[in-house]
Amino acid sequence: MTDAAALRSRTRALLAAHPPATTEPLDFLKARFDAGLAWVHYPTGLGGLDAPRSLQTVVDAELAAAGAPDNDPRRIGIGLGMAAPTVLTYGTEEQKRRFLRPLWVGEEVWCQLFSEPGAGSDLAALGTRAVRDGDDWVVDGQKVWTSSAHLARWAILIARTDPGLPKHRGISYFICDMTDPGVEVRPLRQITGEAEFNEVFLSGVRIPDAHRLGEVGEGWKVAQTTLMNERVSIGGMRIPREGGMIGPVARAWRERPELRTHDLHQRLLTLWVEAEVARLTGERLRQQLVAGQPGPEGSGMKLAFARLNQEISGLEVELLGQDGLLYSDWTMRRPELVDFTGRDAGYRYLRSKGNSIEGGTSEVLLNIVAERVLGLPAEPRNDKDVAWKDLAR
Amino acid sequence: MKAQTAQTGTETTPDLLYSEAEDDLRAAVRALLADRADAPTVLARAESDTPYDPELWRALGARMDLAGLLVPEKLGGQGASHREAAVVLEEIGRAVAPVPFLTSAVIATETLLALDAEVAEVASLVRELASGHRTAALVVPFSVGPHTVRLPETLAGTVSAVADAATADVLLVPTAEGLYAVDAAEAAVVPLTPLDLTRPLAAVTLDGVSGTLLAGPDATLVAVRRALLAGAGLLASEQLGVAEWCLTETVTYTRERKQFNRPVGSFQALKHRMAQLWLEVVSARAAARNAADALATDSPEVALAVAVAQAYCARVAVHAAEECVQLHGGIGMTWEHPAHLYLKRAKSAQIALGSAGEHRAAIAELVDLPTP
Repeated sequence: MTDAAALRSRTRALLAAHPPATTEPLDFLKARFDAGLAWVHYPTGLGGLDAPRSLQTVVDAELAAAGAPDNDPRRIGIGLGMAAPTVLTYGTEEQKRRFLRPLWVGEEVWCQLFSEPGAGSDLAALGTRAVRDGDDWVVDGQKVWTSSAHLARWAILIARTDPGLPKHRGISYFICDMTDPGVEVRPLRQITGEAEFNEVFLSGVRIPDAHRLGEVGEGWKVAQTTLMNERVSIGGMRIPREGGMIGPVARAWRERPELRTHDLHQRLLTLWVEAEVARLTGERLRQQLVAGQPGPEGSGMKLAFARLNQEISGLEVELLGQDGLLYSDWTMRRPELVDFTGRDAGYRYLRSKGNSIEGGTSEVLLNIVAERVLGLPAEPRNDKDVAWKDLAR
Repeated sequence: MKAQTAQTGTETTPDLLYSEAEDDLRAAVRALLADRADAPTVLARAESDTPYDPELWRALGARMDLAGLLVPEKLGGQGASHREAAVVLEEIGRAVAPVPFLTSAVIATETLLALDAEVAEVASLVRELASGHRTAALVVPFSVGPHTVRLPETLAGTVSAVADAATADVLLVPTAEGLYAVDAAEAAVVPLTPLDLTRPLAAVTLDGVSGTLLAGPDATLVAVRRALLAGAGLLASEQLGVAEWCLTETVTYTRERKQFNRPVGSFQALKHRMAQLWLEVVSARAAARNAADALATDSPEVALAVAVAQAYCARVAVHAAEECVQLHGGIGMTWEHPAHLYLKRAKSAQIALGSAGEHRAAIAELVDLPTP
C-alpha cells in the first residue's frame, strides 16, 4: 500500500466517495484524514499510511486536479510544522488521537509559547513557572512574539518545573489550552503598524498532567524536535526565478524607466545575481534532500534570505523615489497571515527587518554554522552547571 | 519576451549535484595533485624558469586522459562533458596547480570544437590536444570575456597578457580574416611577470609569422565567443576550488592557533566571518554547478548561467583568499605559507575572462533590466 499507483487509486476512491463539488470542505478534509491521505508518511490511523514522504506529491497532484479543498497549510503552519511532529514523537496514543485530526483539518489552530521577554536567543533561560498541584500543573509567566495566539485553540508551551537545576534540565513541555481563563492574549504592535504577533500572559493557568509531552524535566529535548522541524520546514521549497523579493523591484525597473539611475542599476544587478544564486543554492539543497543526501546548506539558507530580503527591500524603497516616501496604511491590523511580497515596498522594508531576528537571530545562526558545520570551538560558557535560579538576570 | 522568461519561471531545472562518476574523477585528480603538486612543490615551481611542470601535465593531461575530456571519442577524446571538466577545475583550483588545463583543454579545445571538424587541420589539431602531448593557447588577453572580445584586423601586432602562451606548442590567433593556427616557435613569445605566479602570461608578437587558416571570419567570432563563454563558466569551478581551500585551511588553522589562552577560532568575531564565508562557498558551488550543467546540456540559458556564476564566484574566491590571509595573521603574509598563491590566483581570476561588471552587463541584457 505504499507505491504511487496504489496511492493514486486510493485518492480517486476518496474523491468518488466525497465529490469535492458537493461535499462540505471540512467534511472532505476529515474524510481525507481518515483515508490516510493527509500526510502519507504519518502512521496509519493518524492521517497517514506509513508511506514514504515523497509520495505525498502523488496525492496532492490528484487532489489539486480534482479541485479538492485544501487545509490552508499557511494558516495552520505552526500546528502542521511544529506541534504535529512533536506530538507524534512524544505524545501518548491518546494525545495523538485527540489532537492530530482537528489540527490537520484546520478546526483547531495552534500557537507556540516558547519565547519570553527575557529568553529570546537564550531560549533555555525561560522563567515561566509550572508548579505541580495534584493532577494539574499551575502555570504563571509571560510569553512573547506569539503568532496566531489570538486565533489558537491550543499552544505548545515550555515552562520551568525545577528552578534548582541548570537551565536546560529543569524545563517541561506542555499542551496549553488557550481558552483557560488564566490565558490573556494582547496584540503586540510592530514597526509595520500591524499586530502580527502577541504577548501572552499566563496567570494560574491549570494544565492537566495528561497534557504534558515527554517526561518531567525533559522539555528541552522535546523542544529540540519542535525547533528542528521548524528549520526543516523553512528550506526545501522550489522557487522560480525572481520568485522572492527581487521580483517586485525587477518589475518596477522594467515598467518605470524614469526611476532608473546608474547607481541603482549596479546595485540592482548585484542583488539580482545574489537572489538568483540563493535560488540555485536552495534548489541544490532540495535536490540533495530528494537524493537522500541532506547537506548542511539548510542552516545557511535562512541567513542568506534574511540579508537579501533586507537589502533588496531597502533598494526598492530608494528606487521608488518620491513614492518611496509614502506608506500604504498605518492602521493597526491583525493579519492572519504574514504577506511578505503582497504589500508595498515600505512595508516589505520594515517587515524584513524581522527576518534576521525571528526563528533564530542571524548572529546565533552564524554561531551554529561555525560550531556544527565548520567544527570551530565553542565560546567558553559560564551557565552550564549553574542552577537556573542562580543565573544572572 | 526575455522579460517574460525571467518572470514566469519557465527556466529549465539543472542538475546541481555531483554524480558518482564525477566523485570518482575528483578523487583521482585530488590524489594525483596531492602527490605531485603540494604547496611547497607549487611554490618552488612558480619560482623556477619553467613555471609549468611538464611532468605533472603529462600525468594529468595524457596519462589520466584529462586533456581530451571535452573532445568527442571520434576525435580521440573522452567524450565527457563540462560537468566533469568543472570537477577537474575545482581540484586544480584547490591545489593552485600549475597546469594548462583551462587554457588548452578547455578554451583552445572549445575554440576548435566549434569549428568544422571536416577540415583536416582542425581535426588533427583537436586530436593532438586531446592526447595531452601538445598544448595550445588562444591568443587574446586573459582579461577578455565572451561579451567584449574584439579581433585584430590581420595576423600582426602584439597581444599582451596571453595566458599559457609561453608553454603552448600552438597559438590559435583569431583575426578579422579568420582563425589562424601558428606554430609557437615562429612567434615572438615574451614571458611577462604575472600577478598570479601559477598561471604564466606572455606577450605574443605576430609580425611576419605565417599560419594555417582554420576558419573564416564569422565562424571565428562564433568559436571564440563560445570558447570564452565555456572558459568563463568553468573558471567559476576553479574559483570555487580556490575558495574551498582557503576556507578549509583557515578553519583548520584557527582551530589550532591559540591566543589569549584559547583557540582563536572560538572567538565570535572570527567564527562569524568563517560562517559567512562558508555560506558564500556553498552558494558559489550552486552557481558554478549551474554554469557547468548549462554548458554540458547546451541549455538555452547557458549565457545567463555563465554570467551569474562569474559575477558571483569571482568575488567569493577573492573574499575567501583575503580572509585566509587575514585570519592566518602574520604567517598569512609570509612567502613560505601558500595563502599568497591563492590570493594571487583569486585576484587574477577576478579579472580573467571578463570582469564581474562585464558579466553583470550581460545579465542586464539577458533578463531585461536595461541600463538607464
